[in-house]
This record gives sequence, structure tokens and C-alpha cells, in this order.
Amino acid sequence: MDYQQVVFPYRRSADQDAATSAHHPVVVVGAGPVGLSLAIDLALQQVPVVLLDNDDRLSTGSRAICFAKRTLEIFDRLGVGSSLVNKGVSWHTGRVFLRDEPIYSFDLQPETTHERPAFINIQQYYVEGHLVERAMALPLIDLRWKSEVVAVRQQADGVTLQVQTPDGPYTLAADHVVACDGARSSVRALIGQEAKGRTFKDRFLIADVRFNDAVDFPAERWFWFDPPFHPGQSVLLHKQPDGVWRIDFQLGWDADPEEERRPERIVPRVRALLAHSAMKDALFDLEWASVYTFSCERMAHFRHGRVLFAGDAAHRVSPFGARGANSGVQDAENLAWKLAAVLQRRAGDALLASYGPEREAAADENIAHSTRATDFITPKSEVSRLFRDATLQLARDHAFARTLVNSGRLSTASTLHGSPLNTPDVDSFDSAMVPGAPALDAPLRCDGHAGWLLRQLGQGTFTALVFDGQQASAALQSLRQAADGVAPLHTLLVATHPEARAHGARTLVDSSGLIQRRFDGTPDTAYLLRPDQHVCARWRRVSVEAASAALRRALALH
Amino acid sequence: MPLNTAPHFEAADAFYEALIDAHRDLSTAQSHELNAKLVLLLANQVGESAALNEALAAARASVLRSGTETKESR
Repeated sequence: MDYQQVVFPYRRSADQDAATSAHHPVVVVGAGPVGLSLAIDLALQQVPVVLLDNDDRLSTGSRAICFAKRTLEIFDRLGVGSSLVNKGVSWHTGRVFLRDEPIYSFDLQPETTHERPAFINIQQYYVEGHLVERAMALPLIDLRWKSEVVAVRQQADGVTLQVQTPDGPYTLAADHVVACDGARSSVRALIGQEAKGRTFKDRFLIADVRFNDAVDFPAERWFWFDPPFHPGQSVLLHKQPDGVWRIDFQLGWDADPEEERRPERIVPRVRALLAHSAMKDALFDLEWASVYTFSCERMAHFRHGRVLFAGDAAHRVSPFGARGANSGVQDAENLAWKLAAVLQRRAGDALLASYGPEREAAADENIAHSTRATDFITPKSEVSRLFRDATLQLARDHAFARTLVNSGRLSTASTLHGSPLNTPDVDSFDSAMVPGAPALDAPLRCDGHAGWLLRQLGQGTFTALVFDGQQASAALQSLRQAADGVAPLHTLLVATHPEARAHGARTLVDSSGLIQRRFDGTPDTAYLLRPDQHVCARWRRVSVEAASAALRRALALH
Repeated sequence: MPLNTAPHFEAADAFYEALIDAHRDLSTAQSHELNAKLVLLLANQVGESAALNEALAAARASVLRSGTETKESR
């Protein structure tokens, strides 16, 4: 299926003939990776969604291509992980070159005992295509193409949207609207808000190059500073599916974007890159090219009453680090369970209010990393360039300098430090699984089959993860009691042998001992995980009172 | 205060001579490069963020006080 050619038919909605504005609990604006992920997550939690897109096609060009492990774990939960990983190009190694000499390499996944790789490369239109197919299979999602939001009016009890279609305008009423309509969000402009930050005065040519024959080249991220084939500038190379390679050429601020997009300008650059390799005579086609200027910016607040913002509509980063789409999908995951809890009356407005601060903090982390990388890649003063080049040269001979070389700090999921939904540790733990951290995956056996920990967590529910011991049953009982009437709770027992049982929990056999190691899971240790798989509390010995307080805190119930 | 600005050289005059000597026969551009690399090497040796930040602040404050030509005055 060529996802770049598919056109989705416009269909008139029954809402367009309604006597008064049709009402829906949630309207999501923008069917890109973030809007689609949010809609699917909501539907899986039994929330009906209207998803509006102003167009009738998927992305043109590869655009966002690096999808991080955490995003793949979210996609697994949404039901598209395996199909995307099978199509995508997995990678975990990056190499950095100065001129033509390798100076540094990094491995993003030193431990291979996770289901998903550090990254896959796959064109954005594949991600959107698979998400759209998934969405179309979920009856709770009403996906409306060629539907553009042209007015937003917010009142105390709801939001009214005016939607323009080929058949003319109509109005919709919603309890909540989530804008996932990208960097030039019209919903953001319509409510009079802006994203503020910094633009980097430089230009980059992004090209998708398709080779006719198979290319014998490793699936690694290669970054050059000042290569002989593009002197004084940077180049980034990624392998994509279908024999397509993504090449980013730094052009400098004085480059003419219209001129540089012309094939006559691009082909020689690609030829020069290939010239000293076995590929020097390879035939290729230019599939797509664009010239970008990058910015790091965000809205001050991601929530404005009943209108919330996710993805590029809320925050934008330069791409070195792959923190754009990845953080957007993480925004969607953070928001979906909270909206579901509020709409299903398990929580109040205070829970929805936690979305902004949690994801604004994550955006700041992503902006900081992306800004530092962009400063290193495009130094903006003589002295900045002096230090940058000094660092690169020292990196050849000295290990410390390699840690300063910044061609992009690749995306990792944010730990939600300091979130009010976290219950601070009262016990001592030797584990990175602190309150606020996304749960780490690990191999296991369950019901006689090999499997993975994250696949066993509750779908859209809280999860109690208890390590087998004398008090494990009591721990599970306390957690169940705390959850009774408050929120659905999925319970898991981590044990060393399959016959272990405790209070109705599913038994997971920690065959490699890695669950115990990663979670510092001494006997009777209990973890409480949110529906988005982030830790919200953990104990060595959990009482009903402690479990209840933690669960209520995670739901912002006071 | 993590940054020690009390005397701490094992051999102060010998260091001073070695510093100037490290620049012998270098062009101005090369000297700037040497200074940048020396900063990075010694910064790693110090390592501790509080001391590094204090050093940066002290150096910057000294520059702003010293009367050296600023960007605008050129």
C-alpha cells in the first residue's frame, strides 16, 4: 500500500443535519500521529471520540522517522506496535565523524533484554497509515476528513466548534477538545495563544533518497561534522524502509531554500557523499526534499480550560534527538487515561489539571536537550565554533571530550519528577523505577509462554506489581481493597516459579531475574503503576491506608 | 564556596612559565584554540558543577569589570 497516495473519502456526518449542535464528550483536532494515538487510546478506554482532520491524505515525505522505544511500547498498547516494528528499520548504534575520521560511537540500548529496540526508522506516512487502519477498526472513533475547525468558543460547561467541510459549515459541542493540529496549530491561534521560544538561524536540506539496488550499509545513525563531501557543515544519515535513505545536509543561513530544493542542487550533494564509497555509481531517485529552519518553542500552558494541546501544537523542537513526534505520542498517552477517568467520573478536574504541568516539564527537558544539540551542531558565534571544534578535535584522543560531542541526545521517555500525582518513597530502593518513571520492560514467562512485562500491564487501568514473598498475598489484598470502588486495578505477582499464587493475581515468572533486578524487587515489594505505565508509588510493605492514599493521589482525589 | 581561589599551586611560577611557553611559536588563532582546549581539559579535571559554575561566573565578572572593548563600542 502506498500510503503517500491514499486519499480518504469525505463523508457527510449526521451531525451536519442535526437541528442543534451535536454533542460529544471529546473532539480531537488533527489526525497525525499524536491525534490518532490519542483517539485510539481513548477508544480503548471506552471513550467515544470525534477525530477531525482538515485534509484527506497522510503525510507527504518521510518527516518524523525515528520512533523511540517508549513510543513503540505505547504503540504496542494501542495495537500497532508489531506491524510498525516489522516494517521499520531497527537501530541502536550511532557513529560520529569529524572530517572522514570516526571519533565517537554510542549504543542506545546496551541491554538487549527488552522487547522493543532503541529506535525504529519508519516514514511518518507508514505510522499514520497503520494508526488510521487501527482507528477505522474501532467503532468508538468517528474519523472525519476534510473537516477544518474555523472557530472555537469556550463556555463554562463546554466548547463549541465551527467546522468547515466541502458541504459547508456546521457546529459541534464538546466537553473537551484536544488540539493535535501541529506546529502551525489553528486551534491555538483561534483561542489567541502562541508558542514562544527560539529559532536557530540555519537551514537544513532534508532529502529522501531511494536507491534502486540494495545498499550494503549498516542500520546505524551516522553524523558527520565537516565531512570532505560537505565541508564546514554537518550531515546526518538514516536508513529507512523500502531502500529509502534520509540525508540531512546543513546549508547555513545564507542558503536560498527555493534554490536548494531543486534536484540539480541536491543530486550532486548526494553523489559527493557516495563518491568515496562502494556506492559511488549507485542509481537513485529523489523521493522528497524540503528545506527546514528549526525552532524550539512551547506554549506557556498546555491546558486552557476545556481545550488541551498535545504534540507540535503544544511544543516544537529541532529534530536532532528525535524528540518531536515521540514526545507528542507520550503527551497523548498521558492525557488519554486522565480524560477517560474524568469522563467516567473516577476523577475530577484536578486530574486533568495535572496534564499541563507533567507534560510542560517533559517539553522543557526535550527543548533543553534539542537546544544544546542544535547549538553544538550550528554554533552561532566565533567563540562558540572555537569551543565546538576544540571539543571535536580533543574527542579523537580523549574520552572525556567524547561525552561533550553533541550530535543529538536521542529521545528517552521523561521521568515525571516532582509530579503531585507521585507518592514519594518512604522506603529505600536501589532502582531507577522511581515514582514518575515509565516502567522498564523485562522478559518473563507466563502461562508456559515467553513474554514481556509491559505487555502484561493493565490496558488503560492501574496495575499492582507485587514480588512474591510471605506477605505478597496481604499486599495484593491491601491494594485490591484500596482500589475497590475507586478504580479498576490489574494485579500481577512476580515470582521465581510458575506455581506461585497470591490472591487472584496473574503469576509472572521472572525467568531471567531481570524484573527483580530492574525494580529492586525484594520479596513483598509492591509497585503501583498508572494506566500510562509510569510508577506512581512503591513500598517494601504496603498497607491498605498507604495503597489508598497513593491511588487517590494518583487520581488527584482530595 | 566550592571554588578555591586561595593559593593552591604546587609551583606557581613554574606553572606560569609553562603556560606562556605552551603558546610559543603559535599564531593568535592557534593560541585561542589552545586556550579553548585547555579550558575543556581542566574543566573535566575539576568536574564538580558548582565549582565550574563559580569559575565561569568569576571569570565573566572580571571581564565585565576590566574595561575591555565590548561588542557595541567597536
